[in-house]
Amino acid sequence: MRTYAAYLAKRLMQFALVVFIGINLTYLISHSTPIDPVEQTISALTSFGNTSPEAIETMRQSLRELYGMSGTPLEQYLSFWSRIAVGDFGPSLSAFPTPVSELILRALPWTIGLLVVATVLAWLLGNLLGGLAGYYRKNRVLKALGLVAMGLHPMPYYVVAFVLLVLFGFLWPVLPISGGSGMAVEQGFSLAFVYSVFIHSLLPALSLVLVGMGGWFLGMRALVSNIVTEDYVVYAELGGVDRHRILTSYVMRNALVPQVTGLAMSLGAIFTGAIITEEVFGYPGIGSLLVDAVHAGDYSLVLGVTSVSIVAVSTAVLVIDLLYPLLDPRVQVE
Amino acid sequence: MFKIIRDLLRFNIEFAVGTLITLVIVGLSVLSFFSPYPAEDIYVVAPDVPPSWEYWLGTTSRGQDVFWQMAAALRNTLLFGLAVAALSRVISLTVGLVSGYMGGMTDRVLMSINDTFIIIPLFPILVLFYFVMRDSMSWVLLAVIMAALGWAYDARLIRSVAMSLRTREFTQQSIFSGMSPRQIMTQEHLPYVLPIVFSTTLNNMNWSIGMEVTLSVLGFTDINTPTIGSMLYWANQHTALVAGVWWWIAWPVIAVMLLFIGLYLLATALNEYIDPRSRLSRMGGTA
Repeated sequence: MRTYAAYLAKRLMQFALVVFIGINLTYLISHSTPIDPVEQTISALTSFGNTSPEAIETMRQSLRELYGMSGTPLEQYLSFWSRIAVGDFGPSLSAFPTPVSELILRALPWTIGLLVVATVLAWLLGNLLGGLAGYYRKNRVLKALGLVAMGLHPMPYYVVAFVLLVLFGFLWPVLPISGGSGMAVEQGFSLAFVYSVFIHSLLPALSLVLVGMGGWFLGMRALVSNIVTEDYVVYAELGGVDRHRILTSYVMRNALVPQVTGLAMSLGAIFTGAIITEEVFGYPGIGSLLVDAVHAGDYSLVLGVTSVSIVAVSTAVLVIDLLYPLLDPRVQVE
Repeated sequence: MFKIIRDLLRFNIEFAVGTLITLVIVGLSVLSFFSPYPAEDIYVVAPDVPPSWEYWLGTTSRGQDVFWQMAAALRNTLLFGLAVAALSRVISLTVGLVSGYMGGMTDRVLMSINDTFIIIPLFPILVLFYFVMRDSMSWVLLAVIMAALGWAYDARLIRSVAMSLRTREFTQQSIFSGMSPRQIMTQEHLPYVLPIVFSTTLNNMNWSIGMEVTLSVLGFTDINTPTIGSMLYWANQHTALVAGVWWWIAWPVIAVMLLFIGLYLLATALNEYIDPRSRLSRMGGTA
């Protein structure tokens, strides 16, 4: 248990470092802009009517305060951190005066729900089929699946999303192609709402699973076909151990270890996929929020979403990393 | 070198197919230099013409010939991928070799930075970059930013090889013969690492092109430079699919998919070539 405690401490330190560097990066980028967000907001707000110069000056002061752009650079930096630390990103401009944190909290469950289900499903299916394909190399069905996976794997998410959209939106319209739940269904813990959420998540989830699966399939197949030639597997086969048992407890188990690391890493990458997927299917998650914020020029919302996604992804990776030693005892000693 | 390529073409179907696809794409992008119209110009031909003998791949709603537009877009997309890959190779090679050879404190510091870059979600950061740069966002700037962000995974791979090279006898010999660490890294270790660098280059190109297209589809790049991504952006803006101008979307999507598959096949074939065990089993021997 001592070794696990050391591992835990190391990972927690790393987590803190990642979040620190990540948030600093967003600070640096957002402060290196040639565009002054305060002036831009003022011109956007004043374009509707005549505002007196005094009112504009007051507005400028309060906006500078709001965006953490008043005072010396050091003061700005410290105030940025003190606000981020408590999750206060100020009010959103496009949805004034709703706080950014409220908008994010509203969108987050949608994204997390969609991503967790899609990622885990893709991982399970890809590894299972890939493992089988690596073990039973002569099987024609599995060989054909390998070709499909090879074609799907390098494909960007939105291509599959567009194809699904055309298939189910125009050619065979059985599934809803937009939104997170039906317009007529009231949000709450009712059966109708749960069903509506489920049916609306099918297409976006399918596009994520299809693309995600390809990578896991190919990775697992390569790992398994390497392990099959190891001495201990050959020995077990010669010794007459049940083939099913060899596959599950000798081959798959050992091959899964690197795949779990991959799972952690893919959580960072799949966030990218979710943004486009959400945009294509009009899903009310964090990705759509970010895209809308950029188009609306909503400075505080963009900053908020970026910071939150950095923290969310590093937390997910941390959780997977902490579970990791439980799967593979070899990792503990380092 | 030529012998290796000949063997790969003969025994490795992935390599052969990958080479063919990539050559076709490169050929198309070279053709763009002979384009009858400047790639940035709009309304040079009649808009919305379906594929015909006059316009092989049809024309767009902006009055561009899809064939020549796509050739220019492929050229820019390929150049973008190459630029990102080349720049980020410099970083990943330096970090990987130094970290692997030096070990100790240097290694620990470099690897904590490295791991941070692996974990941080890059896409929101790229969007943030576009958000603050907006009109001053250019093709070159995006390539530099992506290179600065996308080197970490490959650096780790290179480090692992450098670490094993360090324990080999020839490294000891080089140290005793008075070579400096810099000389050992560049003259002794670099040649061993190069095969991996080739395959990571191809993967990095796939990654950066995919990112560029993703950002462009949302309109988060310099959309006036013709690339595959900006072509899709304009097609989307003109709702080409709904308007029935399917050829505007279909050809660039097919082209970029072919490019992805071609580069991916080349990368896997090279990876396999580096691992002699799988090479043997492919040629019919037992590993």
